[in-house]
Amino acid sequence: MRPLTEEETRVMFEKIAKYIGENLQLLVDRPDGTYCFRLHNDRVYYVSEKMLKLAANIAGDKLVSLGTCFGKFTKTHKFRLHVTALDYLAPYAKGFGVAAKSTQDCRKVDPMAIVVFHQADIGEYIRHEETLT
Amino acid sequence: MEGPSVEELLAKAEQDEVEKLQRITVHKELELEFDLGNLLASDRNPPTVLRQAGPAPEAELRALARDNTQLLINQLWQLPTERVEEAVVARLPEPTTRLPREKPVPKPRPLTRWQQFARLKGIRPKKKTNLVWDEVSGQWQRRWGYKRARDDTKEWLIEVPESADPLEDQFAKRIQAKKERVAKNELNRLRNLARAHKTQLPSTAGMHPTGHQSKEELGRAMQVAKVSTASVGRFQERLPKEKAPRGSGKKRKFQPLFGDFAAEKKNQLELLRIMNSKKPKLDVTRATNKQMREEDQEEAAKRKKMGKRKGGRQGTGGKRKGGPHSQGGKRKGGVGGKRQSWPSGLGGKGKGGKRRK
Repeated sequence: MRPLTEEETRVMFEKIAKYIGENLQLLVDRPDGTYCFRLHNDRVYYVSEKMLKLAANIAGDKLVSLGTCFGKFTKTHKFRLHVTALDYLAPYAKGFGVAAKSTQDCRKVDPMAIVVFHQADIGEYIRHEETLT
Repeated sequence: MEGPSVEELLAKAEQDEVEKLQRITVHKELELEFDLGNLLASDRNPPTVLRQAGPAPEAELRALARDNTQLLINQLWQLPTERVEEAVVARLPEPTTRLPREKPVPKPRPLTRWQQFARLKGIRPKKKTNLVWDEVSGQWQRRWGYKRARDDTKEWLIEVPESADPLEDQFAKRIQAKKERVAKNELNRLRNLARAHKTQLPSTAGMHPTGHQSKEELGRAMQVAKVSTASVGRFQERLPKEKAPRGSGKKRKFQPLFGDFAAEKKNQLELLRIMNSKKPKLDVTRATNKQMREEDQEEAAKRKKMGKRKGGRQGTGGKRKGGPHSQGGKRKGGVGGKRQSWPSGLGGKGKGGKRRK
């Protein structure tokens, strides 16, 4: 178990920023406790300081998981986000969409079919004027 | 006179004495168990006062500690004292509590090769004497070790056997044999250690020069030789065309697990700030280049079709010098479509010119 290097942190933040944008600061700097990212067996875990101190008492090869798994680094050092991170990403997500078709149907559908409904309120266009392309 | 009268003083003194005694004497239902060797006092009284105290029994705990410490000190004062360099010191008795092990029980080591063999054959170690009578020096000398009894390297007269080469140095031969025996012993010891720790000795596969070594063995031998200098190979020069060995950098060092959390947070926030500031909403250069490349590819496809149709009329259409590809490199275009048409013009003229020649 070890902290992430600069490079790994950057790769991971870039990935997560695609989902929650600038709100990533709120994950890093939380008012209700010190949370940190730790790497264990190529998986990144988001864990509170208290939990980390407890987990440090377990042997590395016997430790399965700690805190919440956000994702893992692949063999070629790309970051793959896992669904277990959803609880932490959902409150800060940049946008919500409702899937119009199931996953299998999405693969077989024609190029012009609608796959996701983006439900927004009236003011979203004005609020996010800078980020909308 | 209105000063403190004698009786009042006496009364005060008596009160002080009583207080002191109160402080010194502590009443406990069960006597404490003392292990003065470890300066240990065990209190087995039921902690009713603590239980009644509530969520924050600080005062009660402090009082309990004071009482128990007082009792322990009282016991210490009863020990025999002695004087050590102007300090009065109590002599503690032997400790009676047995402390638990500090480290875990050592695992049994695996047997060495000799021990396995001896066990197999049922060989028991013969009891030998430490000292042996040595005729030459007329003394009892060790069986082995420093100044041992029969040390053949220390002989001053050696007869040259008939079968041996007369020019051979018999003394050097004996010393050499001794060195070889020592080296063999050391090797066996290291092998036993490696077996005990379940590792392997570093292999010396290609180290002795034979005529038949493979390329990898020679390479390895060369690497080892290079590092076997006093400076661990730091000032060894390489041959003119020799390449640097790969994988000889420092081992990666990671941050400690419980580093400074505040510093870690600061670094991450800084990284986020940099990331957010550098992000352009639309990478204009890349977008324009992509657009131009797509248009060029379309034109190339069109030209190919025209070329195929007209190829029958013009004979061999001539080699198209991959024109579109040379034009479609990265260009620093402006915003939105500044189309530059001069490359195609030049290419066309060039092709025309060359064909005429």
